[in-house]
Amino acid sequence: MDFKDTPEEAAFRAEVRAWLAEHAVRYDDRTTGELPLEKRLALGREWQALKAERGFAKITWPREFCGIGGTAMQQVIYQQEEANYRLPNVYFKVSLGMPLPILRRFGSPEQQQRYLGPGLRGDEIWCQLFSEPAAGSDLAGVRLRAVRDGDDWILNGQKIWTSWAQVSDFGVIVTRSDPSVPKHKGMTYFFVDMKSPGIEVRPIKQISGGEEFNEVYFTDVRVPDSQRLGDVHGGWKVALATLMEERFSVVDVTGGGPDLDHLIRFCEELALEDGLAIDDSDVRQRIAEWYTMEQGLKANYYRALTTLSNGGLPGPEGAINKICIPYKLQQMSKFAMDLMGAGGVLAPSEGQRASDYFVGWLEAAGYRIAGGTDEILRNTIAEQVLKMPADVRVDKDVPFNQL
Amino acid sequence: MNFEFSDEQKMLRDQAQRFLRENCTSALVREVMESEQGYDRALWTQLSEMGWHGIAIPEEFGGLGGGYLELCILAEQLGRFLAPVPFAATQYLATRALLLTGSEQQKAAWLPEVAAGERIGCLALAERPGSLLQRQTECFVAGGRLHGSKTPVMDGAVADFALISARSSVAADAPVALYLVDLCQPGVQRSALPVIDGSRPHARLGFEGIVVEPLHEGGDYARQVAAILDGAATLLAFEQVGGADATLEMACAFALERKAFGRPIGGFQAVKHKLADMYVKNELARANAYYAAWALASGDAELALAAPAARIAATDAFEYATQENIQIHGGMGYTWEVDAHLFYRRSRSLAQVIGSAREWKERLTSRLVARLHQTAKKPVKAEVAD
Repeated sequence: MDFKDTPEEAAFRAEVRAWLAEHAVRYDDRTTGELPLEKRLALGREWQALKAERGFAKITWPREFCGIGGTAMQQVIYQQEEANYRLPNVYFKVSLGMPLPILRRFGSPEQQQRYLGPGLRGDEIWCQLFSEPAAGSDLAGVRLRAVRDGDDWILNGQKIWTSWAQVSDFGVIVTRSDPSVPKHKGMTYFFVDMKSPGIEVRPIKQISGGEEFNEVYFTDVRVPDSQRLGDVHGGWKVALATLMEERFSVVDVTGGGPDLDHLIRFCEELALEDGLAIDDSDVRQRIAEWYTMEQGLKANYYRALTTLSNGGLPGPEGAINKICIPYKLQQMSKFAMDLMGAGGVLAPSEGQRASDYFVGWLEAAGYRIAGGTDEILRNTIAEQVLKMPADVRVDKDVPFNQL
Repeated sequence: MNFEFSDEQKMLRDQAQRFLRENCTSALVREVMESEQGYDRALWTQLSEMGWHGIAIPEEFGGLGGGYLELCILAEQLGRFLAPVPFAATQYLATRALLLTGSEQQKAAWLPEVAAGERIGCLALAERPGSLLQRQTECFVAGGRLHGSKTPVMDGAVADFALISARSSVAADAPVALYLVDLCQPGVQRSALPVIDGSRPHARLGFEGIVVEPLHEGGDYARQVAAILDGAATLLAFEQVGGADATLEMACAFALERKAFGRPIGGFQAVKHKLADMYVKNELARANAYYAAWALASGDAELALAAPAARIAATDAFEYATQENIQIHGGMGYTWEVDAHLFYRRSRSLAQVIGSAREWKERLTSRLVARLHQTAKKPVKAEVAD
């Protein structure tokens, strides 16, 4: 048991570190300062292209697809080192995370040739059109209709919660292609050109004020059958594969919020009735609990990495992270705001230490829902890991159009 | 990165599990719990036949010279089967304390017999309820002789030797130090105490001027005790993780078998989510325990943070699992007949011994704050950053 890099890993880390030191600083938002979306996106594309050229866009993929044919471990080392900078990667997170790997798995060789390179270089951005107003946790309830018309399909309906649809060039989509059979059996999976006539993207303003995700309306949108991924009515399998892809990534145990050092410093600056917050025993108990959770998640992630680098499949770590991290962010943020007493009613301006808790408290409410709610993930663990009976599914064998 | 036990270590785990499944049944645990015998002597002897007592003791003192990872593996299985033997007191506390603080002669005097399973040891710090590290210590040594009493002492009624904290003179403000005590001498009074978990007995030890030896190696008292407790926290975390796993399995088996409203109760989300929460806590506890095991075995300074985290997570996991296991079992869970209370009792006993989670959380935060100020501006170690 050890955490040390093997000599090969250490050499790779050094290589990555040197490369990042040379190039990443220019794109770090601590260097560039606050930029409007357009400028930041342009900078992001430039950064992404640089990574692709070096083979760091998808390290485990072969050279022709902007990788270096590296190991899963090297991918992780790269991500660890990259996390020391604050880079404009967010726009490509979906692209690289799900749609492009799915295209590589289910797309034709020509499609891979055409789309993977531009996607990995950041020239083209992909989104994932899954959720609908009536299909969230129960994804197989999608209604967006796909009707065959010669060599094409005609799509009509609505998607929602689509991250970065407003800047996307393409998207992968799950549709209802046969409503006369039970829901899991009548879906077909495509990728669509987001610039197609009939697609309308409307940003949704979130409680945090941000506009990361969107509603996407489809009105008679024509998609060639050649853009189908998987079998006709076999879309559920591809959708599941897409959801599985989401698991393999570096875990940020803070959930993008403040870390424990941040909380300690915050408490060292804040006065309570009997002195500084950091000397309050309740505060000290909570700090230890959150540290313990973060350490547990990190160590669990090391276990998953070990499995991965030994050629195995990581277990339900993703579900554990998803259950723990957003909830912890919400609790910790609320706790920090609580310590501010009456002062906590103010929305702090950016740059103030307290601002991170205010933002974390708002965003965590969304993280607990996005990409699998706390409740669905608990079901997943209970059913798939602990082998409890599945929920009663009254609609399982009923044709979709009779529900 | 290789954050797993080796194949040999996994084999040891499987062997230990097979052996204990067969030889450490809940009937055996109950027998010790409901009697005055203190521990199961037959099981203790079987453990020595398998070499468990010497597994982490260096070869020069008659052990097998294995490391703490092996000891952690055994601890997990002993915890899983609630083994009613003084292994924790002897190994995680007394032996480790002696290895850390004893002179070569002192180690040579006791460890070979410990490794052979012929001696039982214990660590005696507490004198009254409250923190283990409270300022006041009544026990004192004068003219090489110890006066006072310690309570509660895990396995104190059956131990042959003890490491004991005492003031180094009769003066109230004399510094506290650790002493090595042969308990098989006149002037030692032992009385078994009623405990919440009868398979983990505790005793009061009284001393009327008995001969003791100072343990001076390895730094001052506070550092010595911190190092001893960090190791014990790690090893006990493995016992807790083992117990928590067994408890979760028990809860799952019952949830599948018990039917209500026409379905197994494990099909209801209220029960499912409870089980999922148990699982999450167990996995986090296991991960924390592994990390601490690595730090303990490799002598890494990270142990100062990893051990408290392991203790806090394992205490939380075991406690949650045992209390909710009873809940899932309904009325049957509240009976003497069903084993749920054995785990419930053990989890509470382990949660208290070597100081409760409250105390460990305070310790962890103190160390976190200290580290933050020490390493401010220094980059985090690359190997563990992410």
